[in-house]
Parts: sequence; structure tokens; C-alpha cells
Amino acid sequence: MAERRGRRRAEAPRTRRRRTPAAGLQPETALDLLTTMWRIRCFEERVAKLHHSLQVHGLVHLSIGSEGVAAGVCRQLRDDDAVYSGHRAHGHALAKGAPMDRVMAELMGRSAGLCQGLGGSMHLVDAEHGLMGATGVVGGNLPMAAGDALASRLRGSDRVTVVFFGDGAVQAGHFHETVNLAALWELPLIFVCENNGMAEFTPRSAHTKVASVADVVAPYGFERQIVEGADVGAVRTAFGAYLTQARTGAGPFLLECSTHRRSGHYEGDQQSYRDALADAEWAQLDPIARLEALAIEHGWIDEATARRLTAEADAEVNRAVQFGRDSPPLTAEQAAGLVYAS
Amino acid sequence: MAREIPYIAAVNEAIQLEMTRDETVVFYGQDVAPSDEDPLVQAFGRDRVRVSPISETAEIGMAVGLALAGYRPIVELLMAEFMLVAMNQVTNEAPRLRYMSGGQVKVPLVLKAGYGFTAGWAGQHTGSIYTMFAGIPGLKVVLPSTPADAKGLMAAAVRDDNPVVYLMHYLLVLEHGDVPEGEYVVPIGEAAIRRPGNDVTIVATGWTVGKALQAAEALAGEGIDAEVIDPRSLQPLDMPAILTSVEKTGHLVLADQATRHASAASIIAAEVAEHGFSSLKAPIKLVTALDATIPYSEPMEAFVLPDEHKIAGAVREVLGTASAVA
Repeated sequence: MAERRGRRRAEAPRTRRRRTPAAGLQPETALDLLTTMWRIRCFEERVAKLHHSLQVHGLVHLSIGSEGVAAGVCRQLRDDDAVYSGHRAHGHALAKGAPMDRVMAELMGRSAGLCQGLGGSMHLVDAEHGLMGATGVVGGNLPMAAGDALASRLRGSDRVTVVFFGDGAVQAGHFHETVNLAALWELPLIFVCENNGMAEFTPRSAHTKVASVADVVAPYGFERQIVEGADVGAVRTAFGAYLTQARTGAGPFLLECSTHRRSGHYEGDQQSYRDALADAEWAQLDPIARLEALAIEHGWIDEATARRLTAEADAEVNRAVQFGRDSPPLTAEQAAGLVYAS
Repeated sequence: MAREIPYIAAVNEAIQLEMTRDETVVFYGQDVAPSDEDPLVQAFGRDRVRVSPISETAEIGMAVGLALAGYRPIVELLMAEFMLVAMNQVTNEAPRLRYMSGGQVKVPLVLKAGYGFTAGWAGQHTGSIYTMFAGIPGLKVVLPSTPADAKGLMAAAVRDDNPVVYLMHYLLVLEHGDVPEGEYVVPIGEAAIRRPGNDVTIVATGWTVGKALQAAEALAGEGIDAEVIDPRSLQPLDMPAILTSVEKTGHLVLADQATRHASAASIIAAEVAEHGFSSLKAPIKLVTALDATIPYSEPMEAFVLPDEHKIAGAVREVLGTASAVA
């Protein structure tokens, strides 16, 4: 199992020259994206350990391998832009601005957690930072995001709604209903598909004959494109172009990001259904390794800075774990008062 | 000032008044105001009054998103059964978000649907499926049985900060009754005593309220003084009002158009058995629809449904007067 989970820099080939253009990245942007991705990676690797030692319990889904999508998208958003996510939401939450200590406390089921420990890993909400709903039912977030975008349309606001989903959600009815209505009512909604080629435990080929999600939405006529999710610069550029248009009220858009799900479907998944990737192959699919190599190659950062980013992320994770441990769970009385709004 | 108008007019009046009062109220659904001449469209425009495609999951899911973003949507679902295709949004998203978010968000929305249309509409448009919703923490469920309540409960549902399933009874929509003019709100969670009495408590919902009142009139001729209680909402359920009545009468009959094992009656019976057992002088009797799909055939439809005769018969049984009358 250990070799399947994302390992650190050791796997990243330092010397490989990337043909990927710098994708319009400024050095400070690259640094911000790297910082964000390392925060997510270190957070999730710690979550895996805490899950093994039962300090995080229940159902946990990691996003190791798709940090580039979370960072490339969310770091361009404002707090009042809404993000709707799903069961694999840690990265989206952290990139959107949710404080790491409160996300960790939530996973540990503590009252200082984002949702006071009542939601857990699959139901992260941080209204203050525009993380409006992460749902545990695949695709359940899609129509909610469309409603949120309709609110912006009704208000004439320039805020934008983003919904993250996997390719597994596309074969469900709520995807088609939502795409149809979003197109019909021209909602300022950006669909961001993290297409990791796996729906839970089975490959895409077992679910559909349609090659890409972009093909599925083609008849609706809105703008769509496929980018490599491990190329965070490409994700950022493509999303940024849609975001600029959506700010003027245009939409919807689909950004399909091909990604690799490094971890299992859930934490503890034995993954008997697929072979482990070779390290060299993973290095190509790891958005962190790729951007780090690019940044060093362009001289945006040096090796020492790269190590410092990781160390800082790890230190933040340590503080977050301690923050969680210091917080008690919610009392039954406090929780009972939250069933209904009064 | 009250004046007599039909139940359906009372519902529409409440929607119009709430949309006037609060510009965050939006109203959409299948076949809602297809013409631009529709008075609601004339008054509030196409932004706030929308026709949606037949996409219940998207319609209801979008209402959740609208609510999270500060609106108060009313979704026209036409038939309660049409919510079944969107049960994830109705029961698993809308009512759980507040709690799962630790109270960060509220989800004020109204799911408006008709139910119980047992007038030859056969097996899929006639159900009284409210306990599917009433059993979900975070949802509220209202069942107006009079035109006045139809208006007052709609206003309350729109103003409530929680998702509310508003079920209007299709056999009652043309019934006339006194309805107050202007803004009128009936608090959700307060039962109404439709007829005071001392000998037996009959709790009835929706269409069966009228049947229970007919039974009570017939029983009065036999010297039986029945109290008829209409809970008006199933979630929250006004158990104190029911327990107080049972304490007085010592006898309980529950009338319900739902199938027995998915009825409000069975929930109320369990509550009274636990919390009012010492008040009871006889076993509780349930008069519900039989556990069958509502049949198309007219005599069969009547056979599976409760009616005033079945309710009166149950009252005689719990009072031990059945044989004397028969």
C-alpha cells in the first residue's frame, strides 16, 4: 500500500526538461500555486496517517494527484465566488481559503472544525470563504451550483459559481438535467470536471462509450475544453479565460481536467482493481513535481526554496493537528440546536 | 376581513402576497405561467416566475443553491410523487446542509405539490406519501386542510428558514371557505381543534379532516361527543395538543389517507403509546388506506381508502359501542 500513495519529491525527476511552456505563469503565481499544492499534499498525507491510527475516522477520500486542478482554479476566485464540491473536497477547500486548522479539526470531528465536527470529510462547508457545499452523493452538488449561479444572474452580480465533479458523475441524470438548465438559462457557472478515468473502483470504459466529458456536453453549444490536470499552468490559463467571461454574466463553461487519482477511491481501499504506476509514470502525472521542475528550470525558485515550501506546509499541518487535538467534540445540546434554523 | 374563496385561490393569493412582500421569493416549475399574460408574470417578471423543463432533480437542487445564495424559492412540483425522482435533493441535500455545515447556512425553500388525488388518477398520482418527508430531520411538512390554512401555511412556509414540503390536497382545491384578506400567517407546528368533544379524540390530516367531522356529526346523533384534531403539520408534529386531548377523552382514533405502514397515524400512535399510555382506556385504532397501491377501479379505490363510515365504526369500537349500534 505504501508505495501506492503519493510520495514526495524523491519521485520527481529534477533534470527532465519540460516542453510545457511556462503557460503565462509569473514567478509569484508559480510560487503561490506550489505553496497551495504542497499544503494540500502534506495535509492529505497526514490525514492518511491519522486515518490509519484512527484519529480521523470514517470515510475519507484523498485527492493526491489532482492538487493542480484545485490550485489552478480556486486560487483565482474571490471569497464571494461559490465553489460546490463533492466527496473528494479537501484540496478544493484548502485552495479556496478554508483555514487548514479548521479543516483538520473537522476531519477529527471536533467542535473547532469548519462544521463543528458534524459534517466531516465529505461535507466540508466554509460559507465565509465561499465553499458552499460538498456533498457525498456523486453529482448531487451539480444542480445546487446551478441554483447558486441563477442567484447571481437574478442579482446582476459578477460573482461566479464553480462546481467540481468527477467523470463518474457524468453518467448520472442530475448531470444532464443541470447542464441542460445551465445552458438554457445561460448561467454564469463553470463546470470543472476532474476526469481521473475512474468511477469509484471501475474504469471509465465500463461506464460509457463517450470518449470525453466535453463530448457529452457538445450539443448544448457552450465553450468547453480539455486540459491536462497535472499541468497547473494550463489549468490556470484555461480556467482564467472562462472566469473572465463568466464575470460578465456569460456561461456556462466546461473545463475538463484529466487527472490521475494517486490514492484509492477511499482511504483504506486495497486497489486490487488496478496496477500501481511506475515512479517515472507518476512523476509525469504529479502536478507538484511538474511545476516544481518547471519553476527550478526557469529559476523562479531554487532547490532550497522548494524544500522550504514543503517544510512550511508540514509545519502548518503539525499545527493543524494540534489545533484539532485541543478542541473537544460538540455537545449533544449544541448539536440538537442545529437541526432546524429558528 | 375574511371572505369565502376556494382553497386553490388561497394558495395562489399567499404566493402573490409573499412575492410582493419579499423580492427574494422566486417561483418556478413545470408549466408555471407558460403565458406572459399570466398575472404572476405581469406582476413580477420572467426572472422571478419561470417555466422549467421536466427536471425535478435540477429544479429542486437549484432551489437549494438559490436558498444558499439568499433567495426563497418556491418550486411547483404538481404531484407529490414527482418529488420521488429527486429524493436525493429533497431528503438528502436540502434538509441536511444546515446541520452538516454546523449551522453555517440556511436553506429556505418551499416544495409545493399536490397529493392524494384519489379521483380515478390510479396508482402513481394519488399517494399520500408525506411520511417519506416527515421522517427527515431538517425538513418541515405541512398539510393544509382548509382554504384559510392553505393561505396561512404557504405564507409561513415561504418565511420559514428551513426547507418546507407544502402538500396541498387535490380533492380539496375547489372547496370554499373563509379566508382572511391581506397577509395571513398560520404558525407551522400548531394543531387546530376542528371540533371540541369529550368522549373520543379523532386525529385526522388533510382530506380525512372533513371525513372525521362528518363521522363526528353522525356520532353526535348516537350521543358520542368526538373531538377532531388536525395537526396541520407533520414535522413538527404538535404532540402536546394530541396528548392533552387524549388525556381528556381517554380514547384515540387516527384517520389517515396514507397507507397504514407509511402513515402519520402510525407515528402518532407510537407517540401516544409511549407518552400517553396511562390516559388510554382502550387500544388506539388506526383508520388508514389499506397497504395497497391506489387502484383505478372506482369501487376498489373506495375500498382501500378511509371514509366517514370507517372512522365512525372505529370510534364505536374503541368506545365499546360497536355491537349496540350494529
